Amino acid sequence: MTVQPEWPLYEIFVRGKRGLNHVHVGSLHAADDEMALRHARDVYTRRNEGVSIWAVRADLIVASSPDEKDPLFAPAGDKVYRHPTFYAIPDDVPHM
Amino acid sequence: MTATANADREADFERTIEHHDRIEPRDWMPEKYRATVIRQVAQHAHSEIIGMQPEGNWITRAPSLRRKAILLAKVQDEAGHGLYLYSACETLGVSRGELTDKLISGKQKYSSIFNYPTLSYADVGTIGWLVDGAAICNQVPLCRTSYGPYGRAMIRVCKEESFHQRQGYELLMTMMSGTDEQRAMVQESVDRFWWPALMMFGPPDADSPNTAQSMAWGIKRDTNDDLRQKFVDMSVPQAEALGVTLPDPELAWNEERGHHDFGQPDWDEFAAVVSGSGPCNAQRIAHRKRAHDEGAWVREAALAFAAKGTDL
Amino acid sequence: MDSHDLDLDHDSVYDGLLGGDASQWAFGTDFEDPLAGVDTTIPAGVDGAVLAAYCLMLGDDALVYAHRLSEWTSNAPDLEDDIALANISLDLLGQARLLLARAAAADPSVVPVLPDGSPVPPEDALAFFRDESAFRNVRYVEAPNGDFGVTIARLLLFSTHRLALLQRLAASVDPVLAAIAAKGVKEVTYHRDYAGRWFVTLARGTEESRRRLVAGLATVWPMYAELTRCSDVEARAAEQAFGVDPATVGDEVDAVVEHVLATAGIERPDVPASGTGPLGRTGRHSEAMGRLLAEMQVVARAHPLGKW
Ligand SMILES: [Fe+2]
Ligand SMILES: [Fe+2]
Repeated sequence: MTVQPEWPLYEIFVRGKRGLNHVHVGSLHAADDEMALRHARDVYTRRNEGVSIWAVRADLIVASSPDEKDPLFAPAGDKVYRHPTFYAIPDDVPHM
Repeated sequence: MTATANADREADFERTIEHHDRIEPRDWMPEKYRATVIRQVAQHAHSEIIGMQPEGNWITRAPSLRRKAILLAKVQDEAGHGLYLYSACETLGVSRGELTDKLISGKQKYSSIFNYPTLSYADVGTIGWLVDGAAICNQVPLCRTSYGPYGRAMIRVCKEESFHQRQGYELLMTMMSGTDEQRAMVQESVDRFWWPALMMFGPPDADSPNTAQSMAWGIKRDTNDDLRQKFVDMSVPQAEALGVTLPDPELAWNEERGHHDFGQPDWDEFAAVVSGSGPCNAQRIAHRKRAHDEGAWVREAALAFAAKGTDL
Repeated sequence: MDSHDLDLDHDSVYDGLLGGDASQWAFGTDFEDPLAGVDTTIPAGVDGAVLAAYCLMLGDDALVYAHRLSEWTSNAPDLEDDIALANISLDLLGQARLLLARAAAADPSVVPVLPDGSPVPPEDALAFFRDESAFRNVRYVEAPNGDFGVTIARLLLFSTHRLALLQRLAASVDPVLAAIAAKGVKEVTYHRDYAGRWFVTLARGTEESRRRLVAGLATVWPMYAELTRCSDVEARAAEQAFGVDPATVGDEVDAVVEHVLATAGIERPDVPASGTGPLGRTGRHSEAMGRLLAEMQVVARAHPLGKW
């Protein structure tokens, strides 16, 4: 059997509504970028899911390797002061 | 790679599984785990795609415009489910094309339920109620399956499946409130689909050789028999509310167990359908093969056009 | 912490996927009713019978074409386009329902009479209990799909034409028709875009795809002329300012099609138009129509008192 060339894989990110981040919703195949956007619209926004779509060719994504986990992510692990819950604030202080 | 590094990775993997954490595509994983995930996800994806046919059979004959829209949207969802799941499989390095070849050549299976014919419009309702219902029982636990992309695909699938089961049950309820002929259609359809629906959970645990390893790896989260019991317990009150009889004389509430007792499906029939001699196996595969083959020139054209890099 | 808790705890990472703020996972939201707040009384100066006849034409085009496009389900060249074609079919089906309902409201006498006690709503009585000669769609939409090349050629011409019509109809003096058209404009803009892109892709893809597309265009081209022929009903609808004479959008459609053909590098087919005068608009259909309706109506007609 000869292997038929396939449309490349794209990763799709959708912004659910204004003010939110784009989130990864899944993947699909398309022959080119434009087709990827249109397919994303058909496949991933059939239920009013999004106001904005990003489509990225999967092979263009630079990903960290799990082996680098410690050097890349461990330094942030102890910086608890970046998280709001680090700061004890009495319950009766409003709007915090 | 040294032997210690290998052992480290294996230990990492085991620890991740033990903590009910997710395995992600670029993590190291045992070859057998990878193969098992691919087999299960591919089989699941194929089921969604082949599953479009029995119901798709009625789109052009839907008896009201509302039902036509519902059915078309539902079958379309199944295409989406197949697509999500093929993508999950692709994170493990097998392409959709390879998987499609394996489906068409019979090297990979799909759920035996879709080898049964749809003979009346009531089947659209029964499939939604019982078949999608059984699928939900199988699938909800899979949202927490150990392989991350599979679990995430299942979250989206399950969200959409709940519409499928509801539309099916609602169709049957509406038909039961219609004419005598319609009520007879519903009962006849339930009679045909009840046993095949029970078979959807797979063979009894004693005959399911892969279950133990899959559960240990967190790929599967419940045994076949547990899920089947849950499904029966769920379906009995639904059947009562609907006013249909489930075609199992052994069906009875067992106070002691706190569950319903029920009869065994015909496992010989199941084996026959799985091995390819069900009523529609050949037809379903031929349909898929024809669509795939007839679409080849279109897919090639899009690739050729993209290679030219023309901006529209 | 037992393993069950661990499990749940872990899922908090996936918050927004499982419960929590579902919008973060971009699941769907609510849907809007296109006719919300629209005044449904027939405006002064509009003849209800003509309005009904006109809505049947637009509605039947959408209904019959939606039927044809739905036949692609599980048959498309790839999963993504299976889903795309189903979306287009669903859009048209939605337009058909609104238009048939408007026809029934404008002139209840167009709705076939069913046995006493039949729960079949007017839109379904119109779709499933009318005979072939009462359907007002153009023949163009009832022809079998053919291959993907024929389908794309047909969709390009149809959606270009319908978009031009709907854009004008958005200013109809009938507020219901105007609202239906405004909704349809958004949908059909996408259909035309979809068809246009595939048209150029097939034209400039491979030799095989180009050959098939050219053949497809030649298949649908002769039938296209029917869309721009003005029937009596359309002429009166235009006079009463709620409808559009389809001949008046011809130039605009032509310009768009010309542009797509030029981008695709494809010659305008040199084939004569088929038939003369309005055909389907007066209930004279092609051979394909009888079979299409037999299939579409078979279950509904077997149960005139049925509830679905
Ligand atoms: Fe599904
Ligand atoms: Fe489903």
